[in-house]
Amino acid sequence: MIKVSNLYKSFGEVEAVKGISFEVRDGEITGLLGPNGAGKTTTLRMLYSLLPPDKGEIRIDGLDPTKDAMAIKRTLGVVPDSRGLYTRMSARENIAYYGKLHGMTARDIKSRVEELVETLDMADFIERRTEGFSQGQRVKVAIARAMVHKPQTVLLDEPSNGLDVMSTRALRRYILGLKDAGHSVIISTHIMQEVAALCDRIIIIANGQIAADGSAQQLLEKSGCESIEDAFVRLIGTEEGLLA
Amino acid sequence: MRGLVNVYKKEVRENLRDRRSLFNSVLLGPILFPILFIGLAYFANSKQQESVEKVLEVPVVGARNAPNLVSFLEQQGVVIQPEPEDPEALVKSQEAQVIIRIPEEFAEQWKAGEPAVIELIADPSRRESNIPMQRARGLLNAYGGQIGHLRLQLRGVSPTLRTPIMVKDVDLSTPQSRGMLVMIMLPYVLMITAFTGGMHLAIDTTAGEKERKSLEPLLINPVPRWQIMLGKMCATATYAFTSLVLTLIAFRFAFPLLPTGALGVDLNLSGAAIGGILLAIAPVVILAAAMLTTLAALAKSLREAQSYMGLIFLIPMIPSLIFMVNPMKPETWMMAIPMFSQNLLIGEFVRGESVSTLWLGLSLGSTLILGLGFAAVAASLFNRPRVVFSN
Repeated sequence: MIKVSNLYKSFGEVEAVKGISFEVRDGEITGLLGPNGAGKTTTLRMLYSLLPPDKGEIRIDGLDPTKDAMAIKRTLGVVPDSRGLYTRMSARENIAYYGKLHGMTARDIKSRVEELVETLDMADFIERRTEGFSQGQRVKVAIARAMVHKPQTVLLDEPSNGLDVMSTRALRRYILGLKDAGHSVIISTHIMQEVAALCDRIIIIANGQIAADGSAQQLLEKSGCESIEDAFVRLIGTEEGLLA
Repeated sequence: MRGLVNVYKKEVRENLRDRRSLFNSVLLGPILFPILFIGLAYFANSKQQESVEKVLEVPVVGARNAPNLVSFLEQQGVVIQPEPEDPEALVKSQEAQVIIRIPEEFAEQWKAGEPAVIELIADPSRRESNIPMQRARGLLNAYGGQIGHLRLQLRGVSPTLRTPIMVKDVDLSTPQSRGMLVMIMLPYVLMITAFTGGMHLAIDTTAGEKERKSLEPLLINPVPRWQIMLGKMCATATYAFTSLVLTLIAFRFAFPLLPTGALGVDLNLSGAAIGGILLAIAPVVILAAAMLTTLAALAKSLREAQSYMGLIFLIPMIPSLIFMVNPMKPETWMMAIPMFSQNLLIGEFVRGESVSTLWLGLSLGSTLILGLGFAAVAASLFNRPRVVFSN
């Protein structure tokens, strides 16, 4: 359960987020949809307590990221925009490192990695050093290390960036599986199909503000359009950023 | 502290796998510096011996003015070369290192019993001509002394009257203290190693982490940021310290190989001296790790970080160079200057002196305070968005 109210954040002259409020319910997949530079990543960074908001309030399961950063980090699983891996370490070691930083025991880490290898289909490359991994393999390792501590809430920033069709479909199946297991999931993306295929709720962000909030059906009704894509363009009032 | 320990272990292990960087930063110094030392010492030694033992060849201008003097020189093994046209030009162009000129008036002055003038033409600013010049002067003085002796005896005067005082050297330097080359160079080498040993890690764990986009996900883990930073800094310090230990061990084995002639003595680095040096330099390792990490973390990219590393070399160099150009007598107040005091202390340890606890304490304390100050700055750096996000 995430509650965000009236969030502001600026970097110098640039106002990245200007008064965003929304709610994310457990057991749902919520999509943050918006053109590049709309403020999605900044909003997520404030959620996972990497950036302090200038103004406004965030509550994740009742916890405040500015005060209980450590507790929040334990309940969150985050796949951020940057998914750098340590190339001199194997996929397993990359995942285990994060497990250790979460304070897990070696035995817990081992059994958890086995589970993740199974669900994410990583058996082929789990023992290999991550140097030269394909995008798909890298995303899998990045997801696995974010999920190693079994977080209740999962944040994914542009998870399908750079993935081919097969990997994207596998990723979507995995995200749907998370929802079925009762996790709440937030995805930030600028890809329409992703939102349509996955999300129970769509929050459209443009210019650091919420342009619309609701289910796919509600957005279509509100905009009077036939497709999500048209609705998106209508709701944010510009085509800027869509082609990027 | 669990987070700090895990970050530390991971950085140490991961960087052990980067064989090439490991070799360059940790092993190259311990291998290269002793070889350089031995090579330089042998070279200097053989150069010196060569010019002492070589046949002295001296052009003499106006040899006919003092045939006896010239035949004396020939008896002493000097090869007399023919009179050049322009002696000064010959010395300036380095074709001759020293030239003797016997003026026309020589015979007259000689007969009158006045001091007869002989000119020794040389350029003392050329270091290689020092030895031939000294040898030529020595021979001329010997001839003068001999003749003076004879003149006094002929007049029935005891020649010892002419020597009212006699200076005798009493040498108090211990055998170790004469190894000047080592005493000046070793602190310099060690101070630089304290910086270079951890340089690669400092860059890889901060700017490198940012460059490969693994810093943001790392900071999302439930570990306080200062612990992550300190874990990285400890790994950097560990590498630098390892490099130092290896360098000292290498020198211990290299010293007996140095030509004794070059130093005048056998030098050896005892276990106690190594221990003392490591203790004295340990806070420098911490200071270096903190400085390197701070700089590398502030850099926007790997390349920028690397460009700073060339500059940071100057920091340990300046105190060492001051000491090298102007060797000073160690005094208590100097021990409070970080990175300078270590130069003096290492010198003391190598000379086999016992170092006072006050000096060691002052040096350790002052350097440690500065080091921990820098470490505190570094530990807070990951709280700045500019340091975390490269874009």
